[in-house]
Amino acid sequence: MDVAIVKYNAGNIYSVINALKRLGIEPTLTDNAELLAKADRVLFPGQGEASTAMAYLKEHGLDQVIRDLRQPVLGICIGQQLMCRHSEEGNTDCLGIFPLDVLRFQPERHDDKVPQMGWNSIYQLVSPLFNGMKDGEFIYNVHSYYVPYHKDYTIATCDYILPYSAALHKDNFYATQFHPEKSGSVGERILKNFLEL
Amino acid sequence: MLAKRIIPCLDVKDGMTVKGTNFVNLRTAGDPVALGKAYSENGADELCFLDITASFEGRKTFTDMVSRVAQEINIPFTVGGGIQEIHDVERLLNAGADKVSINSAAIYNPSLIDEIARHFGSQVIVCAIDARQDPDGWHCYTKGGRQRQELGLFDWAHEVQERGAGEILFTSMDHDGVKQGFANEALAQLADNLSIPIIASGGAGQMHHFRDAFTIGHADAALAASVFHFGEIPIPQLKKYLRQENISIRI
Repeated sequence: MDVAIVKYNAGNIYSVINALKRLGIEPTLTDNAELLAKADRVLFPGQGEASTAMAYLKEHGLDQVIRDLRQPVLGICIGQQLMCRHSEEGNTDCLGIFPLDVLRFQPERHDDKVPQMGWNSIYQLVSPLFNGMKDGEFIYNVHSYYVPYHKDYTIATCDYILPYSAALHKDNFYATQFHPEKSGSVGERILKNFLEL
Repeated sequence: MLAKRIIPCLDVKDGMTVKGTNFVNLRTAGDPVALGKAYSENGADELCFLDITASFEGRKTFTDMVSRVAQEINIPFTVGGGIQEIHDVERLLNAGADKVSINSAAIYNPSLIDEIARHFGSQVIVCAIDARQDPDGWHCYTKGGRQRQELGLFDWAHEVQERGAGEILFTSMDHDGVKQGFANEALAQLADNLSIPIIASGGAGQMHHFRDAFTIGHADAALAASVFHFGEIPIPQLKKYLRQENISIRI
């Protein structure tokens, strides 16, 4: 299977590459529009700051390339946030694939540390992305911004300060706020499910 | 609910683990990658690898080990030991580490924290603080605990947060190795006054010590070495116990 990873300025993609290799896939890391368009699956991972990442995508024409993808696409972490309409981080207009806005966590109690860092459980799993999984499975998170719950696009919820979207889906676009590549065997299952969509 | 984390720490010298490894019958008991993998399969939430090698060749061996860990293990891991400058951080992150732990270098050169945060983000920085409760209060120590600093624990912890550290790994030298529990009062003072996660280290001997670090010390994570390596506390049993004690734990 031909799996491409979008190459841009929001690193650390090593862990995603390693996770795919453990599943027997040799991914192609590329910013080439043709290679991305013809891949069987595209991953859009990353960690970074929204406005800097978005500026880079626009400058390299990758914003339209990503919007035009027709195969299953999986955004991870900042990838998911960039696929939304707008992010509070740097007051950034994003790709607009999901008509949703990304907000910053507002702590309500002292225990509510921002970023959320660590393992939390996901519920209301309604997508083949979570085949073979049950409510309450733990996934690994590192993030300060989140996408609120939306009845049409949320395919998994997580609870931190408030219930929010742990994963989204619209047409061929999937996205997780958490890091499946760092979420042990549960995460491996999610990546495998994505490859089998 | 966000789970409290259990983190085994492995000391690595010339590419091999240093402390005992009785907890599983591994053929390659000295191989940190095999050991790390076994811990991850036993329910560890994160791993920590500390390079205690001094030589240049040792550094290279450690970096190779970090790449192997990244290839084979699917949970987050922190690496530390001997990080002096941003190039060390870059080398270890490029090898696939999720976070780096910096200790003495941050005290000698505090702007290193700002620099790492600016280049790679706060989430990669675990600031390790070794401290002891002297008659005149809690003080930071460097050089593996040999050198007392005038810097107070709480002032320094606050400063590293302001400079952009993502987490604090606090080791009480008075408690380390004694197996009588973590420094819960100091932990609580850190956790209640800072907004970044605090990892408790030093003092684990029994399962209830972990509970106390979370309930009394308000720690976000607890790190230990020998109780895990010598099989005194198996992680699955520890996590089951903590869950029975109503602590949010990933099982």
